[in-house]
Amino acid sequence: MNLSHLKPGERGTIVAFTDLEMSVKLMEMGCLPGEMVEVERYAPLGDPMAIRVAGYQLCLRKDEASVIIIT
Amino acid sequence: MNQKIGNFPGITVDKKVGYCKLTPDLQAEITDLPGTYSLYPKSKDESIVFQVLADHQNSSHPDMIVVVADATNLRRNLLLYSQVADLNLPVVLALNMTDMATKEGIHIDVDKLSAKLGVQVVPISARSNKGLKELKQAIANITPIATQEKGADMKVLAGSAIDDVKALVGTDNDYYALQLLHQHETLDCYTHQYEEFETIERTHHFESSKLQAAETIARYKHLGTILSDVIEDTGAAKKFVQSDRIDAILTNRFWGFFIFLSILLFVFNAIFSWAAYPMDLIEESFAWLTSFGHEHLPAGVLTDLLLDGVVAGLGGIVIFIPQIAILFAFISILEDTGYMARVTFMMDKIMRKFGLSGRSVVPMIGSLACAVPSIMSARTIESWKDRIITIMVAPLVSCSARLPVYTLLISLIIPNEKVLGFISLQALTLMAMYLISIVAAMVVAFVMKFIIKAKEKSYFIMELPVYRMPRWKNVLFTMYEKSKTFVLEAGKVIIAISIVLWVLASYGPSDKFEAIEKKYDRIELQQDSMKISTLERDKSAEKLENSYAGILGQTIEPVIRPLGFDWKIGIALITSFAAREAFVGTMATIYSVDGGADNEGTIRDKMRVAVDAHTGLPLFTFATGFSLMLFYAFAMQCMSTVAVVYRETKTWKWPLIQTAYMTVLAYVASLIAYQILK
Repeated sequence: MNLSHLKPGERGTIVAFTDLEMSVKLMEMGCLPGEMVEVERYAPLGDPMAIRVAGYQLCLRKDEASVIIIT
Repeated sequence: MNQKIGNFPGITVDKKVGYCKLTPDLQAEITDLPGTYSLYPKSKDESIVFQVLADHQNSSHPDMIVVVADATNLRRNLLLYSQVADLNLPVVLALNMTDMATKEGIHIDVDKLSAKLGVQVVPISARSNKGLKELKQAIANITPIATQEKGADMKVLAGSAIDDVKALVGTDNDYYALQLLHQHETLDCYTHQYEEFETIERTHHFESSKLQAAETIARYKHLGTILSDVIEDTGAAKKFVQSDRIDAILTNRFWGFFIFLSILLFVFNAIFSWAAYPMDLIEESFAWLTSFGHEHLPAGVLTDLLLDGVVAGLGGIVIFIPQIAILFAFISILEDTGYMARVTFMMDKIMRKFGLSGRSVVPMIGSLACAVPSIMSARTIESWKDRIITIMVAPLVSCSARLPVYTLLISLIIPNEKVLGFISLQALTLMAMYLISIVAAMVVAFVMKFIIKAKEKSYFIMELPVYRMPRWKNVLFTMYEKSKTFVLEAGKVIIAISIVLWVLASYGPSDKFEAIEKKYDRIELQQDSMKISTLERDKSAEKLENSYAGILGQTIEPVIRPLGFDWKIGIALITSFAAREAFVGTMATIYSVDGGADNEGTIRDKMRVAVDAHTGLPLFTFATGFSLMLFYAFAMQCMSTVAVVYRETKTWKWPLIQTAYMTVLAYVASLIAYQILK
């Protein structure tokens, strides 16, 4: 399952990424494999989304969240 | 060093230099670099960081580095530290927002951290000025040789390629060599060795993204072990409670946009109503100054130049200080609290439909103040296409220089009445002008989305900062700084234009002027003294019409007549080509010259009674006024913007396309508006 499938309040642990280039950017921002993520909310129009990861709040588009594989 | 700051990235988009006395006899030059999460840049502003650190010949190459890390999120912030430290320049680590961290229940063992990293670590709070003395002391104490422990072993990742680069550029630093291999394409100082770098990449099958990923993982792993017994977080759970509560309202599915629009309406209403009193005061003072001057100074060319040229032009600038100060106060509060980041978050989906990104919102909102810094702040937009489109449409958003034009014209054509008892009709019209300009920007962006070909995928990964109270000192500083810049920058241009204009409006081909003098001398001899005052006015009006400025205005009149403009407005259009704020000054100068000896009253009064020479009806009708506002809304009347677009895109192609499309848009919009409304 990927991150964009979660509903607000749901959590998961990052396992892998499906896009290498995007993974570099995400990891620099603290989205590392093994890290716990929680979906905080979606923007009023349903995209992008705000997630809680590595002790702060990050916003990203659903497209980008879909490269993050979680369990 | 005072500097504009904000509660989100993208405030500092270029290096800024300041000076600081560390000890009584040690002065330091400080270069502030744009904030970044990593030395691998994701956008143009972030690439400046490694450019400065890579170029040893550059004058801004530092002797030592202060890495400022946010203590409330230390692990992620230390990623950049560990990269910078591996470049082996002397480093001091400043832990910012330590007071905030303590409040959130985060305890950091500074001494242990310092021992483990091998550098001086200074807890500070820039917000409340804590620890700055200690930081200065630490900088003064720095040893010329770097003391830090290595953050990660690069040899394991790409050993042989690193050795080749080290031999090529003559460095003994592994990480510097690796960074060069990753980034040499964008470093001006290494472009001459492009082929050599490419050869090394080929022979060692160098895969940039893969290595960056491996490096990031290695660094975080190392940081994890360092921080394990240094940091104690007892408040992680409750840290975001308050911010979450605010977000639940401000980014609410139903209320989010409504609140955003209400805030905008409130800001525009404030610009109009709060500024009204100081503006009236300034306007009256200048009118008084002019008439006082005319009474007490010896009559002559110099007095006329001073009063009708310089003072009239100056009055046209000073009067807008209250509005500009209020606008910037609000922008800086919205940025500082973290709300602007939420606006970006909420708007991304809409903006994307128009070929922009959520990040474009910041330059677009910034353009409400001035397009020049906003076009520079577009550097934070990662995707090239998003960035170009943002730059192309940003000048369409009504900037503070249009504010004088709008306010003057609105006060002439819109009655000062209230709607629903509390919203001023004039403020509503002003907001409508801003909305029209924003809609125009979106439409143009939408068209460009299909014309411009994209090279790479656009993306939007951004930190949402915790809500904080605005720093009032910072708000005041921004108000002062922006007003000062406006007065000085716009002032220089406007005073120069005012003087040139006064000369052009007061003198003309000598044969024509002599003919006018003779004609009125003759009339004067025949008439009794009662009528001389109106005679003076007719004479100066005729002189203006035959002056160089008048001739210039009349030359372009056939072109602008269909828009409802006469030759006097034509003169203003010409002077506004350099900077649109020259409009008010030009109007002031022209109507002062026009008024002749009769110099009482404000610009507004003079314009209100202005009459169209062709029809004999009042010149500033609703149709003409609205058409003129549309023209100023869309036309590219700003040399600084043209210059900054050239600088940011590094080609004349974009500024030329921009000027062309904006001119066409302005002309067509005004034409349609006037022909329908007249």
